[in-house]
Amino acid sequence: MSDVTLSTEHHHHPFLQHHFEDLGQQHEASTLGMWMFLCTEILFFGGVLCAYWIYRIMYPEAWAVGAAQQNTLFGGINTIVLIISSLTMALAVRAAQLGSRSWQLIMLFSTLVFGSIFLGIKGYEYSMHWHEGLFPGSHFTWHEHPALAQKVQLFMCFYWGMTGLHALHMVIGAGLLLWMMWRAWRCDFGPEYYGPVEVMGLYWHFVDIVWIFLFPFLYLIHGVHHG
Amino acid sequence: MTTATLHDVRLVGASTNRNYINDEYGALSWLLTKDHKRIAILYLISVSIMFVLGGFFAMMMRIELLTPEGDLLTSDTYNKFFTMHGVVMIFFFLIPAIPAVLGNFILPIQLGAKDLAFPKINLLSWYLYMAAAIVGLVVIITGGVDTGWTFYTPFSTQYSNTHVFGTTLAGFIAGFSSILTGLNFIVTIHRMRAPGLTWYRLPLFVWALYATSVVMLLATPVLAITLMMLMIERTIGVGFFDPALGGDPVLYQHMFWFYSHPAVYIMILPAMGVASDVVAAFTRKKIFGYRFVAFSSLAIAFLGFLVWAHHLFVAGISVYSAMIFSFLSFFVAVPSAIKVFNWTATLYRASVSWQTPMLYILGFIGLFTIGGVTGLFLASIGLDIHVTDTYFVVAHFHYVMVGGTVMAYMAGIHYWWPKITGKMYPEWWARLAALLVFVGFNLTFFPQFILGYVGMPRRYHAYAPEFQVLNVLSTAGASVLAVGYFLPIIYLVWSIWYGRPAGPNPWGAVGLEWTTSSPPPKENFHETPVVTWDAYDYPAMMKAMGETQHV
Amino acid sequence: MADHEQQLEHAPHHHVTSLGVYFAVFFALAAGTLLTWYASTIDLGIWNTPIALAIAVAKATLVILFFMHVIHSTRLTWVVVIGSFLWLGVLFVLTFADYLTRGWLMK
Repeated sequence: MSDVTLSTEHHHHPFLQHHFEDLGQQHEASTLGMWMFLCTEILFFGGVLCAYWIYRIMYPEAWAVGAAQQNTLFGGINTIVLIISSLTMALAVRAAQLGSRSWQLIMLFSTLVFGSIFLGIKGYEYSMHWHEGLFPGSHFTWHEHPALAQKVQLFMCFYWGMTGLHALHMVIGAGLLLWMMWRAWRCDFGPEYYGPVEVMGLYWHFVDIVWIFLFPFLYLIHGVHHG
Repeated sequence: MTTATLHDVRLVGASTNRNYINDEYGALSWLLTKDHKRIAILYLISVSIMFVLGGFFAMMMRIELLTPEGDLLTSDTYNKFFTMHGVVMIFFFLIPAIPAVLGNFILPIQLGAKDLAFPKINLLSWYLYMAAAIVGLVVIITGGVDTGWTFYTPFSTQYSNTHVFGTTLAGFIAGFSSILTGLNFIVTIHRMRAPGLTWYRLPLFVWALYATSVVMLLATPVLAITLMMLMIERTIGVGFFDPALGGDPVLYQHMFWFYSHPAVYIMILPAMGVASDVVAAFTRKKIFGYRFVAFSSLAIAFLGFLVWAHHLFVAGISVYSAMIFSFLSFFVAVPSAIKVFNWTATLYRASVSWQTPMLYILGFIGLFTIGGVTGLFLASIGLDIHVTDTYFVVAHFHYVMVGGTVMAYMAGIHYWWPKITGKMYPEWWARLAALLVFVGFNLTFFPQFILGYVGMPRRYHAYAPEFQVLNVLSTAGASVLAVGYFLPIIYLVWSIWYGRPAGPNPWGAVGLEWTTSSPPPKENFHETPVVTWDAYDYPAMMKAMGETQHV
Repeated sequence: MADHEQQLEHAPHHHVTSLGVYFAVFFALAAGTLLTWYASTIDLGIWNTPIALAIAVAKATLVILFFMHVIHSTRLTWVVVIGSFLWLGVLFVLTFADYLTRGWLMK
């Protein structure tokens, strides 16, 4: 009995890693792994959301005032943009499942485009806020209702922090999309091996879900008074 | 036993078999390895160095505490030492030790797999650990940090003049190392078990690692975001946790302990897993109440998330929530107690083999029980008000973490040493070290229960003169303990070159890891095993025993 | 035996979601966005917040079930998804238990 060969004889699918028995096991492992990672992200964002909600309950007025500083139109457009990108991402996975190289590339590229639009609009919002003196810290300037100043600054901290974290995840996602596009261009993916695209999709949809919550939380607080 | 198993055993009688150690040579083959066994060795070296570093800080503290006056170290320096002792020991030793060293090495083999699910991520885990360790070391060398390992605000955000940012950054990075390890383990256990290896045939070490990994995955991200908020507050000056700016310092404590309480279960669950495997091996019996022990690991993981605010009893939380947390904290002791009962029942009327791993585990069972029971004292709000922030708490957590986790880690190292290195360590020196550890440990920490109860506060470098005798006893114990920890470093390293060759199954134990050669081949098994026997099926194994060699 | 078949024995489940479903979900998400914006402009008293939350949860659920294919996934995936949110729930509920009861006085 040979002591050098690995367990089952297989002549390899080029992307079957050696420690897996077959592609199915590898696919299941990689999707489970990505879900595990998303699990950690839920707790990660969830942690700061918990802090956000504690203070929202403590300072409802300041929170409403803070949200009123946001540009709801831009936020709304961005939400739709991200939802579109989620659709194109799902269609990219579908294209990979069906083995269509051109649709994979089109959809992945579209996802990247819409993601970039989101980041562009976000960047524009940030620059507006910066010029209005709404970045927390020594730069922060607030003149109306001085009693609320500290707490509005706290709200702004959550705003910049949470959207910043979200944007960071999107930038990473954009990089990953470029990688996926390169692999799709090389015809790596097809009905029997599309795991990486699916896993990319899971990540991208998660980032979309975070924004689905951030939009109402940071832009749409119906205020007590905006006086 | 399958024929493949016995066949393997006969195959590897040769002394120059290819194994994971001699498979490839060169530093890069180790530093860029994807082999879980080599990664485990990398971790072994790193955590051992960090253990010695943490021990150094402890030794300095104990020497200072020989006398009531603060005469060896200034109060600021003392603050730094207890902080760094805590940070190093918790984040760089206790959290990774058993999972990243023993788990990494043994888990895939116990599952009959060739490696973990994500070998490259496993290597990344180690590099993240090293990056965190380097940041931590730079912090220590450039002046340290003095906030306590808990980094309570607003001292850490506003008033401390030390490297809070650097230390919390190190903790943040180390957290990701932990998360990736946990993620890897969970996926591996779910998706890469050998044919026939159903859940109820798994060694209890695997169940324990699974529960640990769930905790790592769910708790650590909250620490990450908490430390991130702390870092932002410290640099920008906003008031997440600063009352002067509208924040609440107790919120920091809530978020910090949401991780840090489950973290102690990350530290103890794998230790309990080692205990089960060792008790089974050295009594040659199935663990009594296997399913109870298995599910109690999951119960501990779950319940451990519900008790964190017992660290906040005196911090200003509402008395109603304190009562809820107190009740839940009593509850979490139950699954741990179930394990202790089951180990004891296994030992009852057993023919015990008094090898070193067993000695450590017997110590573990007793010391963990004492530590756990004193936890109940702390869970009781009224008592906690009296003993919180005293040496009673210090003694409690050292009993569970050192008398518990560290002893189980030593047991696991000795138990699996022959598998990892292919060599036996010198038994009498090992027993001597175990004895020194046991005696030294109790002498160090038992007096601290009394000290705390009669009122000596923790984290003080000077104390009232009437506490001196107990402090001197404690320091004396620490010296014995230090010797007990140094000996294994010496004889274990010695054994790598001069130890007696171990053979595949020196203990005559049941488990997939004992069916392959020592050290194992790079792919762990020459042929994928098919499992048809129960966990710890000693009765069946004894019957088939004839051909297998054991010590 | 054919390796290809052997590899496909445990092949990834091949369920391919239809375009119709994807677009339907997309329109639902877009509609939800408009709805939540609209609801925030009218005064519903204490109901503003729960309604916004409910819409967000509904949208997230659609993304999870259909875009992320959870509706066709294994039980383990369901456990992971539900478990994560449950754990987050533990963080929220027990932390809020403190904050919301601080003002209570014992009789």
